Amino acid sequence: MTATERTALALVWILAAASALFLMAPLVVTVAVSFGSSAVFTLPPPSWSTRWYERLWTSRDLWPAVWTSLRVAVLATALALVLGTLCAIAVVRGRFPGREALVTFLISPLMLPGLVVGIAMLQGFRAAGLRDVGLSLLIAHGVITLPYVVRTVVAALSLFDFTLIDAARTLGLSYPAAVLRVLVPGLAPAFLTSGLFAFLASMDNYPISIFFTDAWTKTLPIQMLQLVEERPDPTVAAVSTLLILLAVAVLILGDRLVGLRRLAEV
Amino acid sequence: MSAPAAPLTGRVPARRSLSVRPDPVALLALPAFAYLAAAYGWPLLVLLGRSLSGPQGISLTPLAQFLSDPFSWRVIGNTVRTALLVTLVCLLAGYPAAVALARARGAVQGLLLLSVILPLSVGVVVKAYAWQIVLRRDGVVSGLLVGLGIWDAPQRLLFTETGLVIGAANVFLPFMILPIYAVIRQIDPRLAEAAATLGASPLRRFLGVTLPLTLPGIVSGIAFVFSLAVSMYVVPSLVIGDRFQTLATLTGRAFLFMRDEQLGSTTAVLLLAVAVAVVVGSTALARRLGGGGQS
Repeated sequence: MTATERTALALVWILAAASALFLMAPLVVTVAVSFGSSAVFTLPPPSWSTRWYERLWTSRDLWPAVWTSLRVAVLATALALVLGTLCAIAVVRGRFPGREALVTFLISPLMLPGLVVGIAMLQGFRAAGLRDVGLSLLIAHGVITLPYVVRTVVAALSLFDFTLIDAARTLGLSYPAAVLRVLVPGLAPAFLTSGLFAFLASMDNYPISIFFTDAWTKTLPIQMLQLVEERPDPTVAAVSTLLILLAVAVLILGDRLVGLRRLAEV
Repeated sequence: MSAPAAPLTGRVPARRSLSVRPDPVALLALPAFAYLAAAYGWPLLVLLGRSLSGPQGISLTPLAQFLSDPFSWRVIGNTVRTALLVTLVCLLAGYPAAVALARARGAVQGLLLLSVILPLSVGVVVKAYAWQIVLRRDGVVSGLLVGLGIWDAPQRLLFTETGLVIGAANVFLPFMILPIYAVIRQIDPRLAEAAATLGASPLRRFLGVTLPLTLPGIVSGIAFVFSLAVSMYVVPSLVIGDRFQTLATLTGRAFLFMRDEQLGSTTAVLLLAVAVAVVVGSTALARRLGGGGQS
């Protein structure tokens, strides 16, 4: 290795370390502010306290939003898992024209600007006479969770060796039993990770939810942004820290199920 | 033929020998397709229709009207300029990070990977809020720059374009790193060694072998970051505020505050056109580059 190469390599490592710190900075700052005693975001905090968590606990704005977000995310993820898995089976096992185009269509909500998709849905739902905010929100979140399931389960099914099911049937299992004992365990990691990331995507979505909001129905990100604009104190940092914890939990589960390196292939 | 379909098709007598027999498995795709067509495909068509229709049927008048306003061009300029800057920052920071990620082993790789995936899994509102704290006059960045002697006095980066570019680059950087990392990981390290054996200098090896092979990853990284940055909404709302309008913030404002749906539909369709052009163009380009790299 020449001196030039060594310098270049050292530079790459320094820049990579700087990027890693840069990426983690907002999360570290959020956690530090949430445990600080300062109301004006002094960093590092003069002393540590849990007062923002106490304030969060008694908050009247945030808990209903947390509840709305959780409810929508769970229902939308469940819907996406059912519809997405059925569709993935059709795409991988079926023989019909346009399968690739169908997958592209199902994944496309992730490729278009969220704001534009939200506006389109706002106008489309209105034109269809759908006025219920809660139902609109749920339908919209189904659209943004479906791509995660379709993408991951299609990939997992394409790698699954279907002769294993035939083998299980030769060994005396009925077809449903073979599916249950062989296919379902094989697909479980993909099923669970895609569900987890779909859930996170729904929990964190802002640009689509903003169009399906009223005084009673507000998702957590919407309520958080509103609080930041109205009353900037570190209570929002405390909720943010809980959301970071949620992401950490999802990643730990994902790492156990398929490994971090596979998660990076999204 | 798939296992569950075989007995079924066996029982159905073929009416016309060469006619297309619908595959029963295809029916499983129907619920998802119908759902997405109704809840997403159709609304997109409604949006397109709204933006392209005037009082007398189909017309381009709203678009022409929008483009004849100098304010609109300032908004378009803001949008394109910040998106290009964000993409450039992400490319410069992301390429070395992707190289390091591909070379790292064991715990170091795990840590680097975590520093990319964890921020990616945290919502944009959380990160934009953190940048609002960090970029204040008494914030961390200002303190750091004064401490390092780069700035003489504390300055506010919040509500400036520089602050916006820093915050947005932070949010979108993983979308540059991951596609480049995916490509670098698949490059055969022996190629660079072979070039070295043949006497190529490190710089020539990088420019002649590594860089061309990573181009498909760079193209998709640029496409991801650019289209995300063109349509970002939360980051500008929190980091720069209302005085700086981009196509996306103007679209949001038109619907949420101004109740000017004609304007909002027009800008939304412009954003849609940019996004589709970037996706289609970059896919075609990456495919061509990928094919060229393998031959």
